[in-house]
Amino acid sequence: MINEIKITKRKKRNQAIAFWIFRLLSYSIVAILFIILSFIVYKGASVINWGFITKMPEEGMTKGGIYPAIIGTLCLVAGSMVFAFPVGVLAAIYMNEYVKDGIIKKIIKQMTNNLAGIPSIVFGLFGMSLFVNKLHFGDSILAGSLTLGLLALPVVIRTTEEALKAVDNTFRQASLGLGASKWQTTSKVVLPIAFPNIITGLILSIGRVSGETAPILFTVAAYFLPKLPTSIFDQAMALPYHLYVISTSGTNIEESRPIAYGTALVLIIIVLIANLLANGLRKYFGKKVKMN
Amino acid sequence: MYKIESKNVDFYYGPSQALKNINIAIRSNTVTALIGPSGCGKSTYLRLFNRMNDLIDDIKISGQVMIDGEDIYGKGINVDSLRKNVGMVFQKPNPFPKTIFENVAYGLRVNGIKDKKFIEERVETSIKQVVLWDEVKDKLKKSAFELSGGQQQRLCIARALAIQPSVILMDEPTSALDPISTAKVEELIYELKAKYTIVIVTHNMQQAGRVSDRTAFFYLGELVEYDETKKLFTNPKQERTQNYITGRFG
Amino acid sequence: MLSSSITSLTVVLIVVFLFKEGIGLFNQKPVEPGYVIAINKNNKVKELSSVQLKNIYDQKITHWSEVGGTHDSIVLFQLEDISNYYSDEQIGDNMQNLGSCMSRLVDSLPNIIAFFPDKYLDKKFQGTLLEVDKVTLHDFFAGKEWIPTAKPSAQLGVLPLILGTLWVSLGAILLALPLGLAAAVYMSEIANERVRRIMKPLIELLAGIPSVVYGFFGLVIIVPLIQKTFDLPVGETGLAGSIVLGIMALPTIITISEDAMRNTPRAMKEASLALGASRWQTIYKVIIPYSISGISAGAILGIGRAIGETMAVLMVTGNAAVIPHSILAPVRTIPATIAAELGETSNGGLHYKALFALGCILFLITLFINLTVEFISNRQKHNKH
Ligand SMILES: Nc1ncnc2c1ncn2[C@@H]1O[C@H](COP(=O)(O)OP(=O)(O)OP(=O)(O)O)[C@@H](O)[C@H]1O
Ligand SMILES: [Mg+2]
Repeated sequence: MINEIKITKRKKRNQAIAFWIFRLLSYSIVAILFIILSFIVYKGASVINWGFITKMPEEGMTKGGIYPAIIGTLCLVAGSMVFAFPVGVLAAIYMNEYVKDGIIKKIIKQMTNNLAGIPSIVFGLFGMSLFVNKLHFGDSILAGSLTLGLLALPVVIRTTEEALKAVDNTFRQASLGLGASKWQTTSKVVLPIAFPNIITGLILSIGRVSGETAPILFTVAAYFLPKLPTSIFDQAMALPYHLYVISTSGTNIEESRPIAYGTALVLIIIVLIANLLANGLRKYFGKKVKMN
Repeated sequence: MYKIESKNVDFYYGPSQALKNINIAIRSNTVTALIGPSGCGKSTYLRLFNRMNDLIDDIKISGQVMIDGEDIYGKGINVDSLRKNVGMVFQKPNPFPKTIFENVAYGLRVNGIKDKKFIEERVETSIKQVVLWDEVKDKLKKSAFELSGGQQQRLCIARALAIQPSVILMDEPTSALDPISTAKVEELIYELKAKYTIVIVTHNMQQAGRVSDRTAFFYLGELVEYDETKKLFTNPKQERTQNYITGRFG
Repeated sequence: MLSSSITSLTVVLIVVFLFKEGIGLFNQKPVEPGYVIAINKNNKVKELSSVQLKNIYDQKITHWSEVGGTHDSIVLFQLEDISNYYSDEQIGDNMQNLGSCMSRLVDSLPNIIAFFPDKYLDKKFQGTLLEVDKVTLHDFFAGKEWIPTAKPSAQLGVLPLILGTLWVSLGAILLALPLGLAAAVYMSEIANERVRRIMKPLIELLAGIPSVVYGFFGLVIIVPLIQKTFDLPVGETGLAGSIVLGIMALPTIITISEDAMRNTPRAMKEASLALGASRWQTIYKVIIPYSISGISAGAILGIGRAIGETMAVLMVTGNAAVIPHSILAPVRTIPATIAAELGETSNGGLHYKALFALGCILFLITLFINLTVEFISNRQKHNKH
């Protein structure tokens, strides 16, 4: 009996210790996140102002703003989404609504998974050899956008597929039962219901694309350009690449540190907004759907 | 003294009340059957006795549940020790992804027993108790998943017996089994009565009639009738009980 | 229809383009095109490997005997050295006589080895032109040096890069696995719903931070910290890479293993608790073993992320292409090499192709990792029925 009490006590103590350690480790991960965020916010906040985001770089990029990098990233995000979003959504619709379960679907799924697993630097190599060299787009916004678009494709496809899967089958049956065709059902019934979740996927892929560096290294990114790009065949500066160059190989690394902090903060803000927006949308529409 | 007693027990899942003022007293070394239509609260009630409902968020209990005269929801109760004393067999056989031997030894090990010889002996006795020994003695090191459903369920009973509880709770223990395995488990329940107090949930009225001494009929969270099994089945006092056992609803 | 096969098409195209350039490497000689290597016609040596050539020009090999020749010491010659032997008049104003000078020089010095452009190769050249083998798979995978710009012969040994990649990734996973697993266990089994609802988006945010930002953070915080703590000349080390990559691999590990643990059937947990096991015992004796394949899938994918990660590593590891011998030394990974060097190569050249070959290796590694994970999770599904 006494022995049993001892054992129970030990079990309790072990559990308390284990849980305590696990909690501590988990909180330390959260702490890491907050250290990274608050450090960059702390250092970058004093740099960011209207001039910083609307002025050209000055004095070997140690002064001035990051306007062209912001514009470049905007172009790349827009360009990649113009390509990846329709293609990805169509692919997901086709996969989810039309292809029957079977070997083909399995292969396509596997390929999508594989594509998602390919490191971004390999996308960079591929984009360089196909778009820049083979198709003679040169280092250009076009080449960079297409490369980023391919990279974002699996993300778009996956989130769209999930959104479509979440649509209750009764909606489809009801519509088909009323004599609507498959495409009518998909476009008039399924897509509108899935729309909010698809948009969430779009926002998340925008967040992802705007921070990618490796794929644009050799397809579009320029170290410094005195002018803004005027066509899709121009090179462009981009935020992530800008941060990379001024923090590792600028003319004067020490003096351009503030600019680097500011650029890092701008990138973080983009990601934060994308995440908050996506989460907010999810919650908002989640509620709305439930209420109906 | 009663082995198990519940006094004015109310139970809530969030806002919805699943049990309403349940009073039952159960004597040692008896088999008590809980019957009633689906969703009436049988499982909920059974799981009060080993505090399995505690795992669910947002529940509320009031009233008293006593085992051996002690309020198991009272202060200073160690839930692990309670569960060691109150074994449970589930609806579907749920062996661990471990060997047959380790499945039965599990309860001993988690309760701090290290003596190898002791564990071996206890595993053997427990498996013999459920009349499974001859079937598995040569493959104790094999995965428990290699057994048939009926064998797995008996193994789960052996697993519960190994830590020598005094109460065994069974939630529809034969509903996933074929008739022959069912008969074996029923026979087993009958034999185990000598040593344990058993509470069994069942949808099968013949089964309740065959194995239990007393039967409690639940309906929509209420205890409608609780009496000796023979009486309840031949001469129910309540009309609702009558309707249920003659198959008019549920 | 076309759009649904776009991913398959892309994968195929990636394979085609990557491997076309990558395999092209093995059709090339490591000596710069347009150059020849000549020796005296009486020299017994007829062939030199790329590594031997490099060692000769680095003066690590100084006698012909070391490469199968006589005991004489090697006389190195590069085109700049010509003025040591001939005057400007002899060569001519427009180097028009350089060809015959070269011929005479190689003929007169029995122990010379000369590296010069083939446009100065005289029609009646009086020496032997050395055969240099094409780059071989063996050179590539077993070569211990990666100096693609070395003269006269590029050194394309990827061993240090492969080892560097594995070294940094291994370190990353050793750091990330305990942390990530702990968080997964905590979120799925210990924390209440409210804490979980807060932590989940934070982990997503961790996954969303761009890798350059991680690299930058590593560069300004972790690198100086390591330098100070260990009193090193530079803080850009394998350790810095491992730490940064470890943080970056966390979300993958956490999300996937948490999912796996949540999928442990309730019946299994309840059975354990019903036998008097504590929650902690249930976690380590039932839940973790039950979800071990999901957990390993998470770990493997985490390694995959670490192996393929480019920018962060490029910024913090110091990029020395040597075989790593300590976590406190600079190392260089495959992706970082591609990122750092591709900009300097000429399209279609040896170096360019070598980098594509690196890309092929990276592609194959990640493909292998994906297929392994697929296999594991299929087996898991299989087990559950
Ligand atoms: N985890 C839960 N959360 C909320 N409500 C629950 C939960 N479990 C059961 N309930 C509800 O409590 C009531 C009683 O459920 P219980 O499982 O006890 O019924 P039962 O009599 O065992 O039914 P069955 O014969 O189908 O097993 C039901 O209305 C059920 O919907
Ligand atoms: Mg039930």
